Amino acid sequence: MSSKGRIKLVHLYPREMSIYGDLGNTRALCSRLRWHGYECELHDHHPGADFPADADLVVGGGGQDSGQSRVEADLERHAATLRAMAADGVPMLMVCGMYQLFGNAFITVEGRQLPGLGILDVTTRGNEKRMIGPVVLSTRFGDVVGYENHSGSTVLGAGQEPFGNVRVGYGNNAEDRTEGAMTHHVVGTYLHGPILPANPGVADGLLAFAVERRLGRPFEPGDIDDHLADEARTRQIRRLLSGAGKPR
Amino acid sequence: MLKSFVAVSAGKAARFASRLRGGGGSALPGLVVERIDPTFLTHAMAKLPDGVVVVSGTNGKTTTTKMLVALLRAHGKSVFTNPTGSNFTRGVISAMLEQLPANGRLQADMAVVELDEAHSLNFAKAVRPTHALLLNVARDQLDRFAEIDHTAGLLSRLAEQVSTGLVLNRDDSFISRIADVVRGVGGTGTMDHPAPVISYFGVHPSIAHRLPELQEQDVRFEEAATVPDVTEADALLRPIDERSFEILFGNDAGHVEGTGARADGQTGSNPSRVGPLELRQRGLAAMINATAATAMARQLLGTAFDEVVAARALAAVTPPFGRGEIIDADGQPLELVLVKNPAGFTVALSTYGATPVRTMIAINDNIADGRDVSWLYDVSFESLREKGVALTTGLRAYDMALRLRYDGVETAEVDQDLERALTHFLRTYPDEPKRIFCTYTAMMTLRRNLAARYGLAGFGEDPTG
Repeated sequence: MSSKGRIKLVHLYPREMSIYGDLGNTRALCSRLRWHGYECELHDHHPGADFPADADLVVGGGGQDSGQSRVEADLERHAATLRAMAADGVPMLMVCGMYQLFGNAFITVEGRQLPGLGILDVTTRGNEKRMIGPVVLSTRFGDVVGYENHSGSTVLGAGQEPFGNVRVGYGNNAEDRTEGAMTHHVVGTYLHGPILPANPGVADGLLAFAVERRLGRPFEPGDIDDHLADEARTRQIRRLLSGAGKPR
Repeated sequence: MLKSFVAVSAGKAARFASRLRGGGGSALPGLVVERIDPTFLTHAMAKLPDGVVVVSGTNGKTTTTKMLVALLRAHGKSVFTNPTGSNFTRGVISAMLEQLPANGRLQADMAVVELDEAHSLNFAKAVRPTHALLLNVARDQLDRFAEIDHTAGLLSRLAEQVSTGLVLNRDDSFISRIADVVRGVGGTGTMDHPAPVISYFGVHPSIAHRLPELQEQDVRFEEAATVPDVTEADALLRPIDERSFEILFGNDAGHVEGTGARADGQTGSNPSRVGPLELRQRGLAAMINATAATAMARQLLGTAFDEVVAARALAAVTPPFGRGEIIDADGQPLELVLVKNPAGFTVALSTYGATPVRTMIAINDNIADGRDVSWLYDVSFESLREKGVALTTGLRAYDMALRLRYDGVETAEVDQDLERALTHFLRTYPDEPKRIFCTYTAMMTLRRNLAARYGLAGFGEDPTG
């Protein structure tokens, strides 16, 4: 079968910022591209390297504080490139720590302000209490299930669209029932699980943005058997909404 | 004293009641005692002449504790331990109840207790450990401990509580680094608080290249990889082949490089090594656990440590329940392998990958399993591709099957019900060796069911004593 086209997927900081199974997101995107009949070129971006200007899709994950401090300088160096790409419609998925770094700022528990890339209009404050547990969201990609584990409490700027609305879990801040943020085609979220394998609607949504932008024609999905993903997602959502997923 | 008596009696009653209800390794009796007499532990363990040893770390606690206890008992020590793998403080109390006289004081030379990272600190508040054996730090149930750096910090704080001796993993920088913290606190020690003795266990340089399969890769950075120099007190593992190995001590470990196994094949005649020997439990991780246990036993026993006795004791240790335990299932071996985190699952797959058999994977997401199953994406399952997976089961059976699909591994059936899946697995492949990888609560359910089917000893009733 001839390829429908080639997509370049860039994984930001797979060593430093990939703690909660984030590799699963990269794997899901690459596998699904192939299953849909496209080629996937995976590029790992490490601190200190040049950033590939021809990236079609960018993903980044969560890390612990020591990992985060190792990528900050590199992120600052490529800030203008990433901002331009975001404005140009490059789809990106930024989970947990990278979601925070894509916001305006992170304010530590001690009150220190660390600037972010400002691609998403969100501000995060360090918190003593962690928000941990399973999550169900309603999003433009359909119902989404995942798991959150963050101490940062994030607030959306006026007019900033969330990624989804919380049905189960804490979300951005445990108060306004919003979760994540979405601007252009950039999705920021606290959900790992990892998020994409069990929510192929989100994965294909990001792939469609990438394909249309790179190839200039609509995404032509292949015939993928998603019954395992659908069972995993719908069963977990049913369990959580019914309250049967309470910790035991 | 009266309070202790009441606490012991109430705890024993609760223990009896929970046995009647069929609970395995229950912490309930411990909870009852803790409520009635919070100083219970302090009192019970205060007078143990040879000390209190805590074994902690992410992977291998249960196996290592069992090996250490076997080593000490083989040297004639009477040892209290918590053999059920119930590695919380309450589990220790529960395990203690059956051995306690009414005065609430434990009759033993020493105690060796397995505790997870957070509970080891709670325990140390009640009973100051004389010794600690710290194994490793890997991601485990991050929804409970949140971050690896935090977990390493807990073990570091435990080490600061230890009065007499520490054994650390020299190949795990999260653990070996703890030496600096301890020495930093006391320097060479003061009159009131002499710094504890520190020795290390680790692998021989000839197999250092195999460490990555045992450790967290994504959180290790180049600058962290400084390995301490080998000293006389240290124990190093040198495997000879897939099953046999020897444990070398101190200077001997340094200058034997490249000599291979001894030609005479004798065991224990050389005073500076234990082995060669074979364990009943398979794999490199079990060999490292044996090396860790040996280093701690040698530190505790001093000149009384006997290499021949040690080799014989280690060779006789049966795998703890569900940790590579082999059950005779209608004439075919059924291996039960506990998996808790990416490092553990990766090690289990590499240990058993050489002999592919019919496989079932059971994943639950209760608190004791870790509620977050995302770690499954940090394990490579490609070694299962050839034979595929017969069944996935447990609360997250579909997530597991989905995970396997992304590694090109076919799953024949998915059934969330553990007992139904087990029945199906046993009936479908009656004439073949089988293996089940399972998370903690899934293992408990399956093990109980297998015990009923095949007349095995229950939890807390170790067949070898």
